[in-house]
Amino acid sequence: MKLYELCLTEAQALLQAGEISSVELTRAVLERISAVEPMVHAFLYCNCEQALVDAQRADVRRSAGGPVSPLLGIPLAIKDIIHVRGIPTTCGSRILEHYVPTFNATVIDRLQAAGAVLLGKTNTDEFAMGSSTENSAFGPTCNPWDLSRVPGGSSGGSAAAVAAYMALGALGSDTGGSVRQPAALCGVVGIKPTYGVVSRYGLVAFASSLDQIGTFGRTVADAALVLQTIAGHDPLDSTSLTDPVPDYVERLKKTDGLNGVRVGLPREYMVGGMQPQVEAVVLEATATLEELGAELVEISLPHTPYALPVYYLIAPAEASANLARYDGMRYGLRITGKDLWDTYHLTRGEGFGPEVIRRIMLGTYALSAGYYDAYYIKAQKARTLIRQDLERAFEKVDVIAAPTTPRTAFRIGEMVNDPLQMYLQDVFTLSTNLAGICGLSVPCGFASVNAADPGASTDLPVGLQLIGPALGEPELLRVAHVYEQATSWHQRSAPL
Amino acid sequence: MDKGYEPVIGLEVHVQLATASKMFCGCNAAAFGHEPNTLTCPICTGQPGVLPVINQQAVEFAIMAGLALNCRIASFTKWDRKNYHYPDLPKGYQISQYDLPLAVNGWVMVETNAEQKRIGIRRAHLEEDTGKLVHRGDHSLVDLNRAGVPLLEIVTEPDIRSAEEAYDFLTKLRTLLRYLKISTADMEKGAMRCEPNISLRPAGTNEWGTLTEIKNLNSFRSVRAALAYETTRQENVLTTGGRVKRLTMGWDEQRNITFPQRSKETANDYRYFPEPDLPPLVVQPEWLDRLRSQLPELPDVVKARFVVDYGLSDYDAAVLVADQAVARFFQDAMAACPAQEPVDRHAQAKTISNWITGDLFRLMNECGLAVEEMRMTPAELVGLVNLVRRGAISTGTAREVLAEMVKQGDSAEAIVQRRELAQISDQGTLEGIAGQVIENHPGEVAQYLSGKESLLQWLMGQVMRTTQGKANPARVLALLKEKLEAKRSGQP
Repeated sequence: MKLYELCLTEAQALLQAGEISSVELTRAVLERISAVEPMVHAFLYCNCEQALVDAQRADVRRSAGGPVSPLLGIPLAIKDIIHVRGIPTTCGSRILEHYVPTFNATVIDRLQAAGAVLLGKTNTDEFAMGSSTENSAFGPTCNPWDLSRVPGGSSGGSAAAVAAYMALGALGSDTGGSVRQPAALCGVVGIKPTYGVVSRYGLVAFASSLDQIGTFGRTVADAALVLQTIAGHDPLDSTSLTDPVPDYVERLKKTDGLNGVRVGLPREYMVGGMQPQVEAVVLEATATLEELGAELVEISLPHTPYALPVYYLIAPAEASANLARYDGMRYGLRITGKDLWDTYHLTRGEGFGPEVIRRIMLGTYALSAGYYDAYYIKAQKARTLIRQDLERAFEKVDVIAAPTTPRTAFRIGEMVNDPLQMYLQDVFTLSTNLAGICGLSVPCGFASVNAADPGASTDLPVGLQLIGPALGEPELLRVAHVYEQATSWHQRSAPL
Repeated sequence: MDKGYEPVIGLEVHVQLATASKMFCGCNAAAFGHEPNTLTCPICTGQPGVLPVINQQAVEFAIMAGLALNCRIASFTKWDRKNYHYPDLPKGYQISQYDLPLAVNGWVMVETNAEQKRIGIRRAHLEEDTGKLVHRGDHSLVDLNRAGVPLLEIVTEPDIRSAEEAYDFLTKLRTLLRYLKISTADMEKGAMRCEPNISLRPAGTNEWGTLTEIKNLNSFRSVRAALAYETTRQENVLTTGGRVKRLTMGWDEQRNITFPQRSKETANDYRYFPEPDLPPLVVQPEWLDRLRSQLPELPDVVKARFVVDYGLSDYDAAVLVADQAVARFFQDAMAACPAQEPVDRHAQAKTISNWITGDLFRLMNECGLAVEEMRMTPAELVGLVNLVRRGAISTGTAREVLAEMVKQGDSAEAIVQRRELAQISDQGTLEGIAGQVIENHPGEVAQYLSGKESLLQWLMGQVMRTTQGKANPARVLALLKEKLEAKRSGQP
């Protein structure tokens, strides 16, 4: 077995046993990056030299003995919307092309304190706005399972890097599904924690009330280990929760299957517009949950149809303010015009891509005098109803199971001219963000596309989405882990 | 007003709070007078990825101000983003409070021309200051030291009816803020900014005229002058059948006139919405009670107490309480007055008040000293007053001594002793000197005795000259009279 193929948990055990060194592991991963990155384009910045220095330090620290973090010496990738001091954060945008932050995100402080090795910054839709990474100003990332297809987004670079063995785990951000959706499309695990579990300080804001940093791994335990390290209160983020962080990984060891676990199946999530193979694979996964002892309960989330319009009012509204700071005055791109307003227009017009401009305009409109009540306020009210739907559901069930996405990875370019179709890719994931609760995507099978022509068919991964109540991560992760360990989907490798 | 119009004036006042750090980050908030962009961090320069954290001290200062302005303090208040682009606004929005301000529905009593009037306070809310633009030839520079400094915006009801009232309101507000020690409230240094709005209406009606706002005023005096000018200008427009335009006016300090700055016909749309980075602020009753109990005695209360306890006139008391340190100095002086001495306490208070508001204020002004910077203690002032009362020195000498006390910081007794200023009150000594003067000036004495009584003062002057001003004037006068009358009646 090649070292880069080790999952995080396996690598950690070998490192701790002294059978491999972090330098060996990191070098293997860097070599893998050299080999496949030209095809995948998951990274916007590779931190190769520093990664080896960090790996060396990690080995020294381990040899000194004493207790160490499970992430010591583990190579990870970071979505390029999270600040790592001293290396560029572009957010996939021209407007920040040469921006180098002078400070670390809180999650990076915690990863570095744990001794993790940071490999580099991964591709993203511009300012995390998109579902395919095609909105990156620096070119799309390709799906390791089929290079002609998108990896999903916006954290497509991180998902693809983990799927292609270019990192043992990764950080992404999830505003409406941007961790879970690419995880599903790339056949890896992606967790979106409860709003406030992970500090947003140093995460470049898209929609502040929805943004949450999430983690990727090739297994539930891997993604949980990374989450364990970055979670917990941060005084620099006033929306971060003060609740103590439970031991997620320890909870995974509780082994009485899924006996007594009530799994809700929302009626509204299984209707209309889904790719039939995806629907079949997800239904099979829920049957597996039942076989493992879970009780399947049909539930109703009646306000589900409003999630998409509500999201596309609230997220752009917040984004229109969050992106106002990119004005060419203090940092980033500046195109000097004949006067101040001309400079603003030129800088922002050139610096932002079409999707970002579209959302700034949507959000500005929704907040404008005369429209505010009809759009923003009404959306907030509907958001409350969506949250209440879910709260009521969690009185009856422990987790909710649903598809992560309505279809498998689509072809690069297939939807770029159809933003509405693109928005629909997040239809199953948005409610979780609107309600501020937790969710994840775990590999649950493959759908064969081009079934009509078996010779040209490709197996593309499908994700099962599991949703938990606020701070329901321990049980959510355990259910996902039990399912994952009873199946072998996560063991398949992308054909690279 | 003779033409039958009255001005309707409301004020929007921004007050920089004297917190140690800025509103949403840990940077030093004392922005005035530092090198540009030296008091900044990623948060107050609006870097991508930063988040605000509320400064508790700023909230407490704002609540204290709200209480002092008799406002209702909201138990639930939130933050909003006010969106607009300008190079001095790093985030492209200002964190402010829109529909749920921290304090509402208050009032302040203001005295104008000896008449008390209640000015309503519509609201007071917290927000962050912007940076500052410096224009240099064809380009502009941005200084973000001030960006993020906590501001309290206070909005009055349109209760003000004259430029003078506006001036008196601002003076009162400044006094309150300084009593609370929450702002330097120094308008010249930008720690307090005032944007008045003014409209005219036929006196006695409840109509609302078209208002103008006046900007870039940098002293109380310019607020008063601009409002007076604008009152006359609008009056002229109306009496000549014109229509006042809704405008933002600038103030030309040199020419003493207002001038149109920009049209207000189309209002800015700031697209306020709740700040998602900050949870709403809940003001718990216990917190409010604690702050209420920590409020200092406010000027109106101190003034009333001075009138009742010390028998001071309203005017004297008002002058003393206008500066908290002066009020305290006066009160400490009263406390230092020896209680056992059988003196009229009210008379003593009046004397001390006169010394403070007269000679002491003049000396402080000359030396550029604030009362708290003076080395002279209240007890030392009492010492001086007592020397005068006991006749040890004359009032004139006391003035000199006071000057030295303020400048050198010695006690009155020490100065009097060192400079041998003590009054000669010894009967024998004075008798000898008076006798000598009468003997040396037989001509003047004869004229006096023949009816030119004004020569008594001249003779007294001779005694004072001989004693270098140290003779006790009352005794000298009595002695001279006694001796001259004795001469008149032929006694030796």
